[in-house]
Amino acid sequence: MAEPILAARGLTRRFGGLTAVRSVSLDLERGAIHALIGPNGAGKSTVINVLAGELAPSTGTFALDGRNLAGMTPDQVARLGVSRTFQRSNVFRDMTAFENCRLAAQARRPRAWALHERAAACRFSGGAASAALEAVELDARADVVAAALSHGERRALEIAMCLATEPAVLLLDEPLAGMGPEESLRILDLLHRLKAGRAILLVEHDMDAVFAAADIITVMADGAVLASGAPESVRRDPRVREAYLGEELSGGKRWTH
Amino acid sequence: MTGSRRVFPWLALLLLVVLPLFAGKFYVELFAKIMIMAVFAMSLDLLVGFTGLVSLGHAAFFGLASYVVVLAAPDKYAAASLWSSLPLAIGASALLALAIGALALRTRGVYFIMVTLAFSQLVYFVFHDTKLGGGSDGVYLYTKPEAKIGRWTLLDLADSTQFYYLMLALLVVVFAFLRLLLASRFGHALAGIRSNEQRMRALGFNTYAYKLAAFAMAGALAGLAGYFAAVQFGFVNPEMLSWHQSANVLLMVILGGSGAEFGAIIGAFAFILLEDAFSAATKHWLLLMGGFVILAVMLLPGGLASAGERWRAWARAKTDG
Repeated sequence: MAEPILAARGLTRRFGGLTAVRSVSLDLERGAIHALIGPNGAGKSTVINVLAGELAPSTGTFALDGRNLAGMTPDQVARLGVSRTFQRSNVFRDMTAFENCRLAAQARRPRAWALHERAAACRFSGGAASAALEAVELDARADVVAAALSHGERRALEIAMCLATEPAVLLLDEPLAGMGPEESLRILDLLHRLKAGRAILLVEHDMDAVFAAADIITVMADGAVLASGAPESVRRDPRVREAYLGEELSGGKRWTH
Repeated sequence: MTGSRRVFPWLALLLLVVLPLFAGKFYVELFAKIMIMAVFAMSLDLLVGFTGLVSLGHAAFFGLASYVVVLAAPDKYAAASLWSSLPLAIGASALLALAIGALALRTRGVYFIMVTLAFSQLVYFVFHDTKLGGGSDGVYLYTKPEAKIGRWTLLDLADSTQFYYLMLALLVVVFAFLRLLLASRFGHALAGIRSNEQRMRALGFNTYAYKLAAFAMAGALAGLAGYFAAVQFGFVNPEMLSWHQSANVLLMVILGGSGAEFGAIIGAFAFILLEDAFSAATKHWLLLMGGFVILAVMLLPGGLASAGERWRAWARAKTDG
């Protein structure tokens, strides 16, 4: 087993009387895709929002390379190397794909005080943006305004924006949602290439995709971890089968709605 | 087409350069006032148009600098030095903006509008209800600040034509500065915040710091305008920092086209020239003004600055059809 980059211990998040996430522990390892699955309302998105700094955990900690991130703001967490995508495409719609990525790369070298330097002339951001677009095979669409991209292209753009920030950890919230089978395959192929040197947390409903792509799967239900391990052991886990009685875990069904 | 779009601003600038050669003193002073208000409007547009922050308290920074001009004078009839009083006024406005911004930027949307309004009213009542600046009557500025190098007077601010050219230079310099700023990484980050602040934070931008820097900068530029407004009018009263003033400058920005390259400048010119024309025509000029603003916003949602583009689109559709 590789060493964990991001380690969460006993994360709990309450909203008033509701406990959305209950004592969740996760290890994200370098070079591995860690899938987080479970029915709607299981708390998967809350886990991502906590790990991204969007929500502070009520109790528990999570650390990046041993450094505790609990209580940090989203921008602090992002600067330390944890990058995320959102459940609904979240890009700068009025900017081109290239501009989206260039602005993302700018976060690594803000130089905000340098008012005399043109952002468009920044070689660092421009280079990082081109490389990121190339990585997700969107370089041919670099000059298209994000609002005019197809849904699948926008999801890919969001991943490219994350890449432009050179993250150590990628948190992907349903990157395949609303995608056709071909586009899904392309993204899965991309994730396989991206996991080298990084840790990826993948929240996804598409079970075929999850079992095909993930190195480790954690199943959540009612805010708590039900089972965690290699795909085969999770598939055979009686608790998981019991919790999702009637659902086909490897069949082409989705645990949706 | 691109050519005509580039030629028009230069033509307008040329017109402004030669205006004092044929226009009377009244118009020279009116246009100087318009250019001051254009700088004020540009400072607000940095927030409204380019960062997506609608402030309804921007007059506080304009008015505070106006008061500093008067209060910085050594005594009632002695002239202050431009070199010391101008940085003092701008610094005071920037500091006030930093303080108000630090608190107001903790809120968003309509709450931000209300909090900026509340703070500016606070400043208004400080000057309205205390003897600090002559209370509700305001104070006169008997002697304009001096711009001297050694014993030699560089500029006579009491001379309308010299003052006019100084304001024209100010307009050009502030415009160029804002263009530079918006093209920089800082400016691109502001555009990102306007477009999608959550995304900016998730990418690692400290958006609060960026917004606060923009707010303080806008306050400083408003102070620059307020300083020269006080110098020109020779009089300062609490109305200069009231919410009416904030609303007027916001109207200029919206009328001209917020976030458009020349929007704030066009808005200031249109607003004040119309105010002048309407008020000469009828006592009920505010009614005409209101009607005009409503019509303009309905027909040109992108502001007057988008009129050329609209016209070209319409002409194209006509020739194609």
